[in-house]
Amino acid sequence: MKPARFDYVRAETLAEAHAVLAESGGEARVLAGGQSLMPMLSMRLARPNILVDIMRIPGLAEIAVEGGVLRVGARITQAQLLAWPDLSTRLPLLAAALPWVGHAQTRSSGTVCGSVAHADPSAEIPLALLALGGEVELSSRKTRRRVAAQDFFVGTMSTARRDDELIEAVRFPLKTPGDGFAFREVGRRHGDFAIVSVAVLVRGDTVRVAIGGVADRPQARDFRTLDGAALADALDQFAWSLEARDDLHATARYRRDLVRSFGRDVIEEARRCRG
Amino acid sequence: MPRLTGDARHRVRFTLNGAAVEGEAEPRMLLSDFLRHVLGMTGTHVGCEHGVCGACTIEIDGVPARACLKLAVQVEGARLRTVEGLAPAPDRLSVLQAAFRRHHALQCGFCTPGILMSLDSLLRERRDADEAAIREHLSGHLCRCTGYAPIIAAALDAAATLRGAS
Ligand SMILES: Cc1cc2nc3c(=O)[nH]c(=O)nc-3n(C[C@@H](O)[C@H](O)[C@H](O)COP(=O)(O)OP(=O)(O)OC[C@H]3O[C@@H](n4cnc5c(N)ncnc54)[C@H](O)[C@@H]3O)c2cc1C
Ligand code: FES
Ligand code: FES
Repeated sequence: MKPARFDYVRAETLAEAHAVLAESGGEARVLAGGQSLMPMLSMRLARPNILVDIMRIPGLAEIAVEGGVLRVGARITQAQLLAWPDLSTRLPLLAAALPWVGHAQTRSSGTVCGSVAHADPSAEIPLALLALGGEVELSSRKTRRRVAAQDFFVGTMSTARRDDELIEAVRFPLKTPGDGFAFREVGRRHGDFAIVSVAVLVRGDTVRVAIGGVADRPQARDFRTLDGAALADALDQFAWSLEARDDLHATARYRRDLVRSFGRDVIEEARRCRG
Repeated sequence: MPRLTGDARHRVRFTLNGAAVEGEAEPRMLLSDFLRHVLGMTGTHVGCEHGVCGACTIEIDGVPARACLKLAVQVEGARLRTVEGLAPAPDRLSVLQAAFRRHHALQCGFCTPGILMSLDSLLRERRDADEAAIREHLSGHLCRCTGYAPIIAAALDAAATLRGAS
């Protein structure tokens, strides 16, 4: 299990990283924390010709509140975001979800943006970004744009990012007064990828439910405040619409059951935590 | 902008357990292999090579990290600590190592270097680490021998000793 050959570029500026991506014709890959890319290189599931290490580029290591949004730069690790002092009050959903991303020993290297770029269907950070209605900041040598999470995740490990673009930052909308949040996940062991994960945001009379681990990407639905049988029906429809499949870890039926029962419980919890 | 070509070896320099070290590596060489094969520091073990088992866990710039998920060329200029750096003197064990010995927290010893490095950093950051915190930290490691209970006992014992000493 050793990676195949590649050139390694330690980019010192954003412009250098952009240039390598632009000139490589899709043969280059960004190397951030390496917690997903390195296993893929070792297993030879990925065979890029060039790796561009972005972890020494100044200016990408910032966590900043901009208006109602937390902007998290590309070098910020999952551990650094967890240690942001206002996380539990201003981004309670992430405070609940981040401890589920791997282990302390991987969160210390793995980046927030890297998880979004990797777009694993059961990953917690993409799920939270979608539930909160966040955005991804992309830039290339010639362009810069923001893409809503809703449009960014396209399929299993597939996103709207073009080969010459890198993610400079992701933007998480902060809690507004009265919001309620909750997150829960079922996996075989803590730190394993989710079989099903559920994130809920209650705002005004809308309940947004986002589900990870079932479809090929995280999926969210907005419901008007519902209760009892109406809520059960809505969750049941949502569960079926995700087109769950059987795999090594769980059957499709078990996944649908989890969406229904967890969905209800997590909505309850989010309502209780409003404030 | 340093560009290291894939078909050549390049010089890599960093600090290992307080001493400056250097060696040569192709870009694709894993840090775990660099430590063991180039530098001859075989305390860091290698199990799965994809980040799951924790045997290769070391400390890079003060935080725990998997050596099998880093390239040697990535740690240019960094400060690394490995299990060889834990004992305060050749004939003395650290508080944590001594607790492992008292509690029989290792059998074959394959997982031990990684677990020691993780727990060492946890106990440094959080003297008050309780059993739940220790268990959570251990979730990043696999041990096929001990059943984990003696490891938890050793970590709690070491934490109590360290609290008493400070
Ligand atoms: C044992 C283990 C358990 C794990 N468990 C979980 C888990 O439960 N949940 C979870 O979500 N993840 C989990 N992960 C993966 C997580 O740790 C990774 O950190 C994350 O998926 C990728 O972030 P990274 O910074 O490590 O990115 P890398 O591995 O460096 O990169 C991943 C991919 O994203 C691209 N990329 C990275 N950054 C950028 C950028 N700024 N712009 C453009 N492209 C970029 C890379 O080119 C690559 O294709 C686990 C990993 C391990 C080893
Ligand atoms: S060898 Fe690195 S985690 Fe298993
Ligand atoms: S002591 Fe043998 S694997 Fe842990």
